[in-house]
This record gives sequence, structure tokens and C-alpha cells, in this order.
Amino acid sequence: MTVLIVIICYLMLLVSLGVASARFGKQTSNDFFVAGRSIGPFLLFMSLFGTTMTAFALVGSSGEAYERGIGVYGLMASASGIVHSAVFFLIGMKLWVFGKKYGYTTQIQYFRDRFESDAIGLVLFPVLVLLVLPYLLIGLLASGASISALTQGALPSLFAGGAVPPWLGSLVICFVVLTYIFFGGIRGAAWANAFQTCVFIILGMVAFYMIADALGGAKNATQMVLAHKPDLLARSAHISKFEFATYMLIPLSVGMFPHLFQHWLTAKSAKSFRLSIIAHPLFIMLVWVPCVLIGVWASSAMINGGLIVPEHSRANQVLTILIRNLLDSPILTGLLGAGILAAIMSSLDSQFLCLGTIFTNDIVLHYADENKISNQQKIWIARGFIIAIVAATYFISLFKPRQVFPLAIWCFTGFSSLFPLVFASIYWKKTTKIGAFASILTAIFMWLFFFLKADWGAKSSFVLPEILPFISASTESMQITIMPVLPIIICSTLALIIGSLLSSPPSEKTVAKFFK
Amino acid sequence: MKKKLIWGAVVLLAILHKDFWWWSDTTIVFDFLPVGLAYHAFISVCASILWALAVVYAWPEDLEAEAEGE
Repeated sequence: MTVLIVIICYLMLLVSLGVASARFGKQTSNDFFVAGRSIGPFLLFMSLFGTTMTAFALVGSSGEAYERGIGVYGLMASASGIVHSAVFFLIGMKLWVFGKKYGYTTQIQYFRDRFESDAIGLVLFPVLVLLVLPYLLIGLLASGASISALTQGALPSLFAGGAVPPWLGSLVICFVVLTYIFFGGIRGAAWANAFQTCVFIILGMVAFYMIADALGGAKNATQMVLAHKPDLLARSAHISKFEFATYMLIPLSVGMFPHLFQHWLTAKSAKSFRLSIIAHPLFIMLVWVPCVLIGVWASSAMINGGLIVPEHSRANQVLTILIRNLLDSPILTGLLGAGILAAIMSSLDSQFLCLGTIFTNDIVLHYADENKISNQQKIWIARGFIIAIVAATYFISLFKPRQVFPLAIWCFTGFSSLFPLVFASIYWKKTTKIGAFASILTAIFMWLFFFLKADWGAKSSFVLPEILPFISASTESMQITIMPVLPIIICSTLALIIGSLLSSPPSEKTVAKFFK
Repeated sequence: MKKKLIWGAVVLLAILHKDFWWWSDTTIVFDFLPVGLAYHAFISVCASILWALAVVYAWPEDLEAEAEGE
């Protein structure tokens, strides 16, 4: 019961913070969507970092490490440290310049201008919304699973097993996040992100120390893995070299995340990006190394000869089961649970908000007479769309629960597939509307093809003969594991180049607008 | 020249990220850290240092002026 009370207190604190942040805003749509472009280096870094560190980072990484070992860190974390900062440097700052110069609030506004095409917005809008959906789903699934695992036995008279059921846990999290972003908009999300990022980093370290201590020290915990599952301490048994290499394309997804784009636009100046670019890899390490180690330790951690995490446990619940079963203090367990929820909510808020922002700006205001819609009406339109999307995602989360990690990889694959589009739009003058359409459509159809072939995202990689049927499955040298992101990026890039070369170049006015 | 060196170092770091030489190695360093994980944590530290150098030596100074439409 104490665990539940601590979590409830944390959630109430968060709602209060969102309400408080609204007092510092100006209650205009510009403030609601881009915080008046006034966010400084520290808050920008905390927002960007908190937004990119999702359920995927804490719950997903420990669960995946529990099954696949230490290679999970190299797959995502160290690769992201290199690629994310490069994207902030090369894409984020340039888009911030265009956003400030031409008053953009969304990606679609930029692409419409850059490619002189209204229709590109109608193609990109459903694509971006549908790709954010699995990302939201990850957060809802992980929050429900975490709350359920942490509150076992807390309410025996109300629920089976005494645990808050996942459907109720997810629902409460939706309400909390909706409340603080409804009051504070992107400013509220930035404040909440900063607070929650501090919470999950500090509590993550505390969790790591406490778990290591409870297992007889980090040395002892690793020795148990060495004795029982040594394969998890290397990569050869669980990850192929080619898969490892192609994974590096996955973090390119940050270049097309609509919620990150919105945070970039809140920056006060280009200099505000400096801290994010430098500190991002280091902070990823601070979060991921403990999580991966905890996941690996969980595979072999024993007390009195029995496994603490029963074999074949759900990967999404490994971290919470370990915290619950190892730590004596319910207050500490509650605080660590709050840390996990903090990581999840610090992404959900920006994702919720970006969906409302693109619907309001790219569909409603773009096609309606903007002068007839007041500031308050704009904000309420955004809120209405957010509620609709959250309700739809929540409904989906009640069925077909997937593992967090593979689902996230499919979402990232979709956004990475659109990366050539944003990169070329900034650095290649000759990128045309036709090239852009060809690239987007190629990415969509190939992503759908692979997603369906993977049984609706049940797995995230293929062996080569599955993709190229003319290769004999019996040829051992061809049993290469490959991430779908590789063929999709190659084809969407080729489509962009060929489409652009075969069509008329953009007008001189557009080239002058976006290239010096 | 400095910018080229920085971007060259970024490419080199991306290549060094593929540490296939420790693929099957379960050696433990600092008593608790598998060598494959320790190496990649080191890669993260190097990335941070490299990006700090990029901010100092490859920073696009004209961005603020461009944003103001100058």
C-alpha cells in the first residue's frame, strides 16, 4: 500500500508542477506550442534528453538485456550518443533557424514551403501521426505493466492479486500527462521533463546501487551471470555482426520525430543547443549502463538457490520485479517506481502535445480562416485532437500487448526511413517535390511490407533469404540477420535522388529562401 | 581544416563502434563490468568529448544572424 501512496504523491506533484508552469506562460497559442521560443540551454537539454529517454530506455533496455545480454548497449545507447548529437548539430539547429526566421511551428509547415507543395502535408500528416502511435503505445504498455508489478498485494480486496491492473495504471498515467500539458502546453512539458529527467537519473542510480548491494555487490552479481548465463556477457550468441552494424541507422529517427522538432523550435538561440549536443552521449551512458547491467544480472540473480526473476518472465516487468523482490523498503520501491514512470511520462507528454500541434496547425489552421479562430480556440482544438488520439491508443493498448523493445524499433525504423528527406531538404538544393513524394511513398510501402511480414511487428529483424527469396535459405553464408531499416533507407534515398533528378528543380525563390 | 578533422573523427568513432574483436569475449574488467559493455561506455565518453570539440572548433557562427534574417 505504501508503494501505491508514494506513486500517487509523485503523480500529484507532477500535476501541480504543470499547473504552476502555466502561470509563467502568456496563454497564447505561440506560447502553448513553442513556449514563445524562449527555452534556454539547461531546460532544452533536459527536455530533449527526457523526451528521447522513454520507456524504451529504462523498461525496454533492461528487459532486452535480460534476454539478449550486454550487446543491447552497443545496439542503441553508444550508437545514439554519436548519431543523436550529430542530428542535433546538423538538422536540429538548421530547422531551428528556419523555424525562427519563417515562424514555423511544425515540420509539415517547413516541408510545405521547402517543396512548394500543399499536398505533401496531407501525405506526411497521417504518416507522422501513425508512426507516433506505436511510440505512445510503448509508453502506455510500459506504465501499465510497471504500476501493476509494483503494486502487487497493495489492494487485495479490489483486484485479483492485489495489484492495480495494467489497464487502470495506463489510464491514470494518461490523465496525469494530459492534465499537466493541458495547463502548461510545451512549457509545462519542458518543466515536467526537466523535473522528471532529474528524478529518473537520480533514482536510476539509487536503484542500481541498491540492487547491486542486495545482490552482494556488483562483482558478485556479475559472477552469478558468469556462472549461469555467460552468453549474456558477450554478444556472439544473441546478436549478429551485420545486425549490430545496421542498427546504427535506427537513431537517425530523431531527425524526423515531430515531438523533437517541436522542442528544437522552443530554443531561445542556436547556442542553447550546445549543452544538448555535448552532454547527450554522457547522460545516455548514465541511464543505459545501469539498466543493461540490471537486466543482465536479473537473468541469474538468486536468493536461497531460487531465481529472483522467474524464468520466462515478461521482459517489460523485469526491472520492476527485481526492485520489488530485492528491496525491503516500500518507500524506496515506490520512489524507484516513480522514477520509471518519470522516464515514461517525460516522453509521453511531448508526443501527446506534438500530435495536437500538427493537427491544429497543419490541418485546421492551414485550411480554415485563421483570423476567425481565437487563441483559446486553437488551444482547445489541439487538446481535443490529443484526447482523441490518446483514447484510440489507449484502446489499442488493451489488446495485443507487445514487448516494448521490438515495438519501439519499428517506430524508429519508420522515422529513420524518412531521414533522407529532411537531410536532403536542408543540404541538397536540387531536392524536388517529386523526389520528396517518391521518397516518402517508398518508405511507407516498404515499412508496411516489412511490418506485416514480421507479423505486425512481432520481430524486428530478418535473415537475408526472408527478404530476398531468390537466395537459398540453405546457403549458410547467406544467413545474415538484417534490420529492415537498411533496405528501406537505401530505397527511399534512391527514390529521392532519382525523383529529384528527373523533375524540374525548385524555384529560385525557394532556393534563395533556404540556401545562402 | 579543423571542421574536416572533426567530421573525420566522427566517422572514425562510428567505425570504432563496431568492435567485432570483442564479440565473444566475456572478460570482466573492474571486477564487475563485461569488457564489451566497458568499451561501449568508453565510446559514449569519447562521443561527448568529440562533440565538445565540434562545438568549439566546428560551430556555425552565422546561425544566429541567419535566424534573424540578416
